[in-house]
Amino acid sequence: MRRVAVAGVGMTRFGRSDLTLVELFAEAAMEAVNASNIKARDVQALFLGNVLGDFEEGQLNLAPLCANELGMANEVPATRVEGACASGGVAIREALAWVAAGFYDIVLAGGVERATAMDTPLATRTFAMNSDARYEANTGVTFPAVFAMLARLYAQTHGLSLQTLKEQMALVAVKNHRHGARNPLAQFQKEITVEMVLQSAMVADPLQLFDCCPFTDGAAALVLASEDVITRLTDKPVYILGVGQGSNGALIRQKNPARIRAREAAAGQAFRMAGLKPSDVDVVELHDCFTIAEILASEAMGFFPYGEGGRAVEKGETTLGGRLPVNPSGGLKAKGHPIGATGVAQACEIVRQLRGECGERQVEGARIGMSDTLGGDLATVVDIIYGV
Amino acid sequence: MAYPLTGRQFYEGLKQGRLLGLKCEECGAHTAPPKMACAECGSVSVTVTGLSGRGVLRTFTVVRVAPEGFQAPYIVAVSELAEGPWLMGNLEGVAADQADESLMGRQVRVGYRILPPLDYAAGEVVTITFSLE
Ligand SMILES: [Zn+2]
Repeated sequence: MRRVAVAGVGMTRFGRSDLTLVELFAEAAMEAVNASNIKARDVQALFLGNVLGDFEEGQLNLAPLCANELGMANEVPATRVEGACASGGVAIREALAWVAAGFYDIVLAGGVERATAMDTPLATRTFAMNSDARYEANTGVTFPAVFAMLARLYAQTHGLSLQTLKEQMALVAVKNHRHGARNPLAQFQKEITVEMVLQSAMVADPLQLFDCCPFTDGAAALVLASEDVITRLTDKPVYILGVGQGSNGALIRQKNPARIRAREAAAGQAFRMAGLKPSDVDVVELHDCFTIAEILASEAMGFFPYGEGGRAVEKGETTLGGRLPVNPSGGLKAKGHPIGATGVAQACEIVRQLRGECGERQVEGARIGMSDTLGGDLATVVDIIYGV
Repeated sequence: MAYPLTGRQFYEGLKQGRLLGLKCEECGAHTAPPKMACAECGSVSVTVTGLSGRGVLRTFTVVRVAPEGFQAPYIVAVSELAEGPWLMGNLEGVAADQADESLMGRQVRVGYRILPPLDYAAGEVVTITFSLE
């Protein structure tokens, strides 16, 4: 297996966009291509994460349209991948495998979503289609509702009062908005307070509006290259050291998900492949679709013991300047969550952090970074470790 | 290999007042809703069996922002059946604004509800319900 590195990365401003899916992705992808000192026709394959193009624009089979838009050759296989909100992470892992195996030297991985093209009821319905349609989504369960139920289970499992947990969750939102205020591409670039979180509208109790990530339009892309050619593309390669992807069934099949098995599997694979352990990681972008989700992820990835992720937030360990900065980009919470693109946007942030390009949100001296992308009811998790 | 108990058969059972599941002949575990194989050990040596329909409410939320086709507010809950499996359903008989932490751990009984026709659904949509005992 060959080593694989990231050459150029590209990402649009996240938020609300009038561009179509193809146009949005083209902007991010061409930025990544240009940053790799290649032409689009040098790319040998495209893996594109997108979840809801059909509902957003009535657009299916998006990947070849995007490849053609960019000017890629007819010989290039262009494939859409879908793993709910983890689609972008799945796209990177697919691209990596083809390069590592020696089929291709230069592959484009990316993702795009235009969630704001749907109104809130339709967006809420289509997001909920990532739950089990037969035995879960038919209850009217929404994604906030899934994580609301997880929050209650978490508090009870670890003997925390719901009020204590809610305050820890609010601190996650405050931290990620503070980080997002330092990211010119973030959807929200304003700081918020604990009071604002606790006074915001109830979405699915105990989750309030500011516990939830927004609906977002956006795209991100990166060029992966084999170790054989990477030095022709960039003098700042960021190597993929480890990768993992885990799967699980419907939430009810997982019973009490005090441990998130698919995430433990993904993180475990990535750490074993990299020959690293959680304490080796300098900076993390993880899947904070809801504030409770950041606490759950930070534990299942191995950074904190189960039940102590919230305490770590209280102690400031996960803020910029803390022991392990989590979501310096602002995370899904403040940077935004264009679901098909999120895993790739996380990769963009880690690559820029490891290259020292992040300005006032830079994690000083970061050499090892990790991303974590989750899809469905804890059903798909992709974890990737990057290093320079 | 034939599916041992389809989702359609599972819901038809509920409509006749029976909560159906699978019993594993290898490990003894119960699986509900049904799957191709035992949810605990993966064995395909399973037989269809009736379950008690009684359980304990393990977690819940009040949905205030609903998907298209649903009217908020309503309660979604997950309960653990006496036989072990976990089910998701709507808690009935409790007003959404009255739902509080005292619901956690309450004994419930499983029922069902037929939804009005829904876009993007595979035929009739039946949902599990819970009522407090
Ligand atoms: Zn079994």
